[in-house]
Amino acid sequence: MMQRLLAPLTLGLVLLFLIGPFVIIVAASFSAGDTMAFPPQGFSLKWIAKVFTVESFRQSFGTSMFLAIGGTIAALILGIPAAYAMSRYRLPGAETVRMMVSLPIIVPGIIVGLALLRYFVIPLGVSITAALFVAHTALILPYAVRVVSASLANLRSDMEEAAVLLGASRGGAFFRVVLPNIRGGILSAFILGFVTSFNQVPVSLFLSGPGVRTLPIDMLGYMEIVFDPSVAALSSLLAFLSIGIVFAAERFLGFSRYV
Amino acid sequence: MSDTSFLSLENLTLAYGKTVAVEGLNLEITRGELIALLGPSGCGKTTTMRAIAGLMAVKSGRIVLDGRDITRTPANRREVGLVFQSYALFPHLTVFENVAFGLRLKGMGGAALEEKVMGAIASVGLTPFARRKTPDLSGGQQQRVALARSMVMEPKVLMLDEPLSNLDARLRLEMRTELQRVQKQSGLTMIFVTHDQVEALALADRIVVMRDGAIEQIGTPEEIYNRPASGFVADFVGFENIFALRDGHLVAGETEIALEAPPEAAGLAWRPAAVPLGQGPFAGTVRSVSFAGNRREYLLDTALGPIKTEVDAALPAQGLGSSVSFDLPAAAAAPLRRFG
Repeated sequence: MMQRLLAPLTLGLVLLFLIGPFVIIVAASFSAGDTMAFPPQGFSLKWIAKVFTVESFRQSFGTSMFLAIGGTIAALILGIPAAYAMSRYRLPGAETVRMMVSLPIIVPGIIVGLALLRYFVIPLGVSITAALFVAHTALILPYAVRVVSASLANLRSDMEEAAVLLGASRGGAFFRVVLPNIRGGILSAFILGFVTSFNQVPVSLFLSGPGVRTLPIDMLGYMEIVFDPSVAALSSLLAFLSIGIVFAAERFLGFSRYV
Repeated sequence: MSDTSFLSLENLTLAYGKTVAVEGLNLEITRGELIALLGPSGCGKTTTMRAIAGLMAVKSGRIVLDGRDITRTPANRREVGLVFQSYALFPHLTVFENVAFGLRLKGMGGAALEEKVMGAIASVGLTPFARRKTPDLSGGQQQRVALARSMVMEPKVLMLDEPLSNLDARLRLEMRTELQRVQKQSGLTMIFVTHDQVEALALADRIVVMRDGAIEQIGTPEEIYNRPASGFVADFVGFENIFALRDGHLVAGETEIALEAPPEAAGLAWRPAAVPLGQGPFAGTVRSVSFAGNRREYLLDTALGPIKTEVDAALPAQGLGSSVSFDLPAAAAAPLRRFG
């Protein structure tokens, strides 16, 4: 009897801890009260509406979008050739490169952020935006390399040879045959990179300056001063945005095959 | 240039890093010939094919095609076609676009392209499938797409890597006929690589038997089948009783038997069917019997070692362990120039 109850109970608790906070935040964002509270006091959309009127949110949302999209594109531009080279050629030190590339996953973000601030931004006078861009690109790169590598591994190299024998150059074969067949992997890498960058806190925490903040950092700052439910509303909006993107990706691309 | 050397491989040596895969290979191929490169895996047949295609760098020697030295010509300018064992179709493209791939790269388009591509697709009987994506096709259909894709480029030489090995028995026969038809119709020079002697014998005009990176024997299917040059070739084409000869004596381990044999032969080989059972000067005991439809196959333990023979299944079966006599008629043996 005990055993039969234990499994569903464990599962229930896990789900509660995973989904509970999310449910609370979503509920709080529809509150009619003036402070973040659960259970919510009444129902209104005013906090959702307020999110769009806060100037600093609009600015930091722009910064975050720029970093997520730009950083992911930059990481893909670096990562696709790297993944391709590692999958097709026997390179000396390929293992080292593979490890280096995954370092940002292993090294705590807080150290990356501090190091960038102390040894990159301050001594070299690099702008915060540039430093953020570099940091986010570096953070996304491991995902780009891994996901693209996975889809390249499924692609036989004789396809490229066939293209060459039909008259294509090596580069032509890459663009005409390889790229179209790893499109799903690239899109998956893009989504994963986008979400990683958008939700990134520890690195960005060190790299914020006057007028330049990513959205999560801005939300932290806002909460220190104001305790109304608009942060909850913003969180809900972002969560639904993420879920929407991932759901669409899974639906149309089979996202989970690559990750 | 004489027509006897449309494609010639001159003293070709190929290596993967420091490992030599093919050494000092010489081969002359006539225009319109259908050549089989036959040998076990690791004999260098695929490596040779890849070198002709330009997918593998030549260490030394020359490849001359249609009077032009192509040894250093990049693969995409060699006018050589290759049908890969895996077919290597482009899965993101339709049958039509797969076949059109090379022509589009040449800058062909519009009605001319349409006509040529559809012609090639029709020639392999796939017209109804032209707009399908290739992963939706069966293995046999995919192979025909690969064939059409190479043929439409009108290559000087078309090569096929194990063209029949991925097909089931019925399709294999169909494709064999198809390949022969295509070859006779187009007059294309074709080279195919195989480890299956049956395929090679059935398809090729000439067979090149390879072993350890060198040519063991070149000949017509009849020559290879009836007059293998060496014990290796004999073994490959179904001679199961192979013996060395020394001073007119058959040698098997400690045993020597005097035999009338051609003076220049280094060995003799018999197919199981060429060894009569129940008659002759030699004795053995039956180790195993197996029934094979119209034939019955015996494995005998003899002073010469194991001997394989097969006789008409209508004859009464010999029991396991029974003593039988057999013969090794010199007239029915294939003389080998080399024993090994």
